[in-house]
Amino acid sequence: MTITESTATDVASRDQLRLVIAGSVDDGKSTLVGRLLHDTKSILADQFEATLHASQGRGATEIDLALLTDGLRAEREQGITIDVAYRYFATPRRSFVLADTPGHVQYTRNTVTGASTADAAVVLVDVRGGVSAQTRRHAAVLSLLRVPHVVFAINKMDAVDWSEERFAQVADDVRDVAARVGLSAPEILPISALTGENVAAPGPDWYAGLPLLTVLEELPTRIADVDEPFRLPVQLVIRPRTAEHPDYRGLAGRVASGTISVGDSVTAYPSGTSSVVVGIDGATGELEQARVGDSITLRLADELDIARGEVLTTSNPIRTTQQLDAVLTWLDERPPAPRQRVLVKVGTKTTRAMLGAVQGVWHVDDLCWQDSSAPLQLNDIGRVSVQLAEPVAVDDYADQRATGAFVVIDPDTGATLAAGLTGADLGALTTA
Amino acid sequence: MTTVIPTATDVSLRELEAEAIEIIREVVAEFDRPALLFSGGKDSAVLLHLARKAVWPAPLPITLLHVDTGHNLPEVLDFRDQVVAEGGHRLVVAEVEKWLADGRLTERPDGTRNPLQTVPLLDTIADQRFDALLGGARRDEDRARAKERIFSVRDAFGSWDPRKQRPELWRIYNGRHAPGEHTRVFPISNWTELDVWRYIAAENVALPSIYYAHERPVFQRDGMWLTPGPWGGPRGSETLQTRSVRYRTVGDGSCTGAVESSAGTIAEVIEEISVSTLTERGATRADDRLSEAAMEDRKREGYF
Repeated sequence: MTITESTATDVASRDQLRLVIAGSVDDGKSTLVGRLLHDTKSILADQFEATLHASQGRGATEIDLALLTDGLRAEREQGITIDVAYRYFATPRRSFVLADTPGHVQYTRNTVTGASTADAAVVLVDVRGGVSAQTRRHAAVLSLLRVPHVVFAINKMDAVDWSEERFAQVADDVRDVAARVGLSAPEILPISALTGENVAAPGPDWYAGLPLLTVLEELPTRIADVDEPFRLPVQLVIRPRTAEHPDYRGLAGRVASGTISVGDSVTAYPSGTSSVVVGIDGATGELEQARVGDSITLRLADELDIARGEVLTTSNPIRTTQQLDAVLTWLDERPPAPRQRVLVKVGTKTTRAMLGAVQGVWHVDDLCWQDSSAPLQLNDIGRVSVQLAEPVAVDDYADQRATGAFVVIDPDTGATLAAGLTGADLGALTTA
Repeated sequence: MTTVIPTATDVSLRELEAEAIEIIREVVAEFDRPALLFSGGKDSAVLLHLARKAVWPAPLPITLLHVDTGHNLPEVLDFRDQVVAEGGHRLVVAEVEKWLADGRLTERPDGTRNPLQTVPLLDTIADQRFDALLGGARRDEDRARAKERIFSVRDAFGSWDPRKQRPELWRIYNGRHAPGEHTRVFPISNWTELDVWRYIAAENVALPSIYYAHERPVFQRDGMWLTPGPWGGPRGSETLQTRSVRYRTVGDGSCTGAVESSAGTIAEVIEEISVSTLTERGATRADDRLSEAAMEDRKREGYF
């Protein structure tokens, strides 16, 4: 944390980027995470000493940065990472929330989870092995989940003496994979997480680009996306009925996309009722305008019967439907039964639902859809039509991540069974 | 070196605030009997501040719950009671001493009561039929907490199984649980200690006085400055001396130490933390120094 070295302007404008790093222990992922924490001075002395101590306890002479992040007893005993862990580091320009996802058996489940909230992803590729089946899987999942920025970091450059030629070969292969999964013009850069070269520190002379950390600091965030259509899933209707606020009535939620201003006309879906915004109460007081990411309460001119689960929009209407043609990633050990009854939570709306037959499965290794009607297994990505008991307001996921995503829930155990993306046509993945 | 007090325009801080409010609103909307763990510590003070904002201008529909080890500093209990009275909140206190008195719990040989909080917590959740518990735990505090979900479903024993956590996708939180289970919810998961202090500065959140530097008779044990109290005083070669100290966390007096400090204002505290070389738990919590997996083991047993 270098807050004391920053100027007032720096800190006030410092924003947040949510990052996911995809790769396996073999690609040096834990080492990169440790490196980013270390080089941004986000590791404090007691953590450093504990990690050094743990490294020495395992026979190492130098600090093993992987041990900084592999946290649980079960993991340390087995030398694996079993779940998504969240880490924090900051530079004067930006604070980072890092979802650290393991690249093992549960790779799809964990990568989907980490990628779902990410503004940007770093895919690690070991320069010695080049593009692997896992690189293709990660690229495909990140493309499917519409992570706005995907950066490929060719790691372990120190092990090939920073060979420019070898980097160029691997970069060519990466560009092929990226094109096949619909990631256009990805950033590809050489790094050594082990030595830190081209992570925070500068890279070799032959490399003209910026170090990884600088690239991550300069990526645009979604706060810039103010031209998107306005979407506000209603979380709560706030009606205090107190002596102080006898008539207050507000619709509370977090702006999923776009902006809203006092005086704007809004329409709620699925109900279709309309009114005009007369006040916006934000976290810091009354606002003239709110934008994507803000938690707000809207006051309307008319007392409409709008409940939790509806989505407020402005000029650009949202689709209302009782059937979701979707891509599901199955997350549970047990495959779904035919016509399995489930719950679907889309935005703030939870409704009963029934899963239809599988209409194709995405083959992550060959990067194509295969005809299949077999039930989805854990980590399978498939096309499924979901019948809903009530209408819901949704966008196509490809257009709006926040209002196009849903989860499938087991009504008995409450377990999260699947991640759903609405819209049968998910761009490049369908045409690869 | 110039220290900057971040203002309300700090974008990353407002993002964290908006996220926390969204999470708290999900709890208010989806649960019947939510409670908020309120110890009087800085994280719970920030959490309560956020919860009030989340439902403003409505009164808070959430009960406050304090598991009192009986080893609290009086300043912290006074602060707790003042906040409850001023806000008109409902407070339930689970006193560990009641469990000790009737034999449901036994005092540990080392005198620390932190591990003893779990049973009173779980008993109170069952008695009060709380279905959701909001807590101020943060992922940056510990390696085990780094793997915690924002919505974390627990069984009747409160146990946390890191292998059976639900995947948490987008911002769609799933707190659905079977009868007898409850959901723990951590709205400030993504905040760091410095974020909490920057927010306290930006919002002027009131805290117990012990968070700021003050003169106090203390004695040194295991590299920490401890206050004498019902949990014991100096023993052997340990000697009482008056120092200028402040606390970085609020916890059981037997294992929560103060740090030497001259930081008497929020600005000075932020400056001190910014250049600190120790984490708040590493610096002042003996309970987390027990082993590499101390927090993981306690979480598995139902601790926060």
